[in-house]
Amino acid sequence: MIEVKDLYFTYPTGVEALRGINLTIDDGEFLAVMGQNGAGKTTLVKHFNGLLKPTKGEILVDGVSTQDVSVAQLARNVGFVFQNPDHQLFSETVEEEIAFALRNFGFEETVIKKQVEWALNLLDITQYRKTSPFMLSGGERKRVALASILAWDPQVIIMDEPTIGQDYQQKEKLMQFILQLNAQKKTVVVVTHDVEFVAECNPRVILMSQGKIVAGGIAEEILTDPKVVAQASIVPPQITQIFLELADLGLPTDIIDVHEASKILLGRMREKS
Amino acid sequence: MSVFEGFKFRKVSSAVHRLDPRIKFFYVIILFVMAILFTKLLALIVLFFIPLPFVFIARVNRQWLRSLRGAVFFAIIIFATNFIFGYFYPSSYTEITGAVDSLGEYLVLLERASAMTLRFVVLIASFSVFFLTTSPDHLGLALQQSHIPYEFCFAFTTAVRFVPVLADEAQTIMDAQKARGLELERGNFLKRVRNYIPILIPLIISAIRRSLELAEAMESRAWGASEKRTNLYVLKLKRTDYLLVLVSVLMLIIAVYVWLYVSIPSLTTLLSL
Ligand SMILES: Nc1ncnc2c1ncn2[C@@H]1O[C@H](COP(=O)(O)OP(=O)(O)OP(=O)(O)O)[C@@H](O)[C@H]1O
Ligand SMILES: [Mg+2]
Repeated sequence: MIEVKDLYFTYPTGVEALRGINLTIDDGEFLAVMGQNGAGKTTLVKHFNGLLKPTKGEILVDGVSTQDVSVAQLARNVGFVFQNPDHQLFSETVEEEIAFALRNFGFEETVIKKQVEWALNLLDITQYRKTSPFMLSGGERKRVALASILAWDPQVIIMDEPTIGQDYQQKEKLMQFILQLNAQKKTVVVVTHDVEFVAECNPRVILMSQGKIVAGGIAEEILTDPKVVAQASIVPPQITQIFLELADLGLPTDIIDVHEASKILLGRMREKS
Repeated sequence: MSVFEGFKFRKVSSAVHRLDPRIKFFYVIILFVMAILFTKLLALIVLFFIPLPFVFIARVNRQWLRSLRGAVFFAIIIFATNFIFGYFYPSSYTEITGAVDSLGEYLVLLERASAMTLRFVVLIASFSVFFLTTSPDHLGLALQQSHIPYEFCFAFTTAVRFVPVLADEAQTIMDAQKARGLELERGNFLKRVRNYIPILIPLIISAIRRSLELAEAMESRAWGASEKRTNLYVLKLKRTDYLLVLVSVLMLIIAVYVWLYVSIPSLTTLLSL
């Protein structure tokens, strides 16, 4: 469980990036953090594994304040996938890259072998095990980075903008994958601008603006509330937009799911004919 | 990183900022020559005060102090090596003959080591003033109008401009690797040096990638298309610039005169009188 209590954070340059955040993330929860550029999303999630320490307030991870623990200790339970895989890849082979963290945490060599195998399989990159990570495409590098975090099987997985630069098919796969992680009772925190992605996964959403949480709730509520959405300068998913525009016809306005939408429309058409 | 901070330009307007960069550079070179000329502590103390008016007129005292603080580490090394070598080989550093055994001789040694350290501090202090008050653009302009080929000027200004960018990137990479359990401050000396490999490799690769991208972006914007470049701003010497040239030359003349004809007393003998 991650508890954020009245968190303030100011960068050394004087930028007040977070101003009074209160938030609890339960075990096994799937949370999406949204909000405009510079809202403080990255700054907030960097507190969850101790990369940043509060200027004021505190963060408890499983009851322990991050103030007293090193990043390496926290990282054992809280995996953080950075936005740009090029900020972490450095090994000669994909295999070595994935083993890096496991070595840092002092796993036994036999366990490392097993976990690497497992992670390679999980992200469908077994065929690249002996390849240099630098030879792979952007999407593949991203998957290697993800595998290198999942390899030690952390309880909490934080991803900063995972869908950026992924083609549609990869995005779809990634989404299935994240849902699957969540189904395995992992806590998943995703920072994202991608409303369609959020609409399809339907996680709990918090909206941030100027260092504060301005709204929170399930995706269905948040993404279909025109006022809230405008405040965080995001646009509702296209399917919601259609239903909002057709509200005069008596259609519901809180639809984010394509399947649900088509069911409603189909029902309407049947009625008519 | 704090040494770099002391060299980072911030846009402020002051008489010092408006000086012609070529003249400012000339002034710094004169200071440099003077600092090399003298080995006596007394002379170097005087030299230390010469850039101070500039610091105050330019209102960069805070950043300037920070660059000095950043230099403390090197200053300590310089002091220690000078003192230790002076102790073992006194005759090659000072007028001491035989081994260092009396209090007076220790003081001489101390003064000598302090002088060498102060010489370094004077160099840092004056170069820091120069870089703190000269924008990279201005500097590039100055190089160009000193008839240095444009390619070199461009490479130079680009390098200067990318220092803070690289520093930010290094920070992100460090965070990404810490999140994978890397502990920089762990292990013996060799291990600690090795700990930096996962940081240096991504940093170098991304710098190379960035430079290739920059080259492509520049070429697609017709870099080097015209033989003869003209500038929107042309540097012209003003009255204050001539004044500074005069002051610098005078300082140099005085310094050379003192160096040739005045024997500067050592602080130790002066105080014991
Ligand atoms: N290393 C840093 N030093 C100083 N200020 C920073 C730093 N990183 C971020 N900031 C500032 O803190 C504020 C919040 O930044 P943050 O990166 O958390 O935003 P974000 O919500 O993740 O934005 P984005 O959607 O662009 O990723 C911004 O105003 C930003 O300029
Ligand atoms: Mg961000």
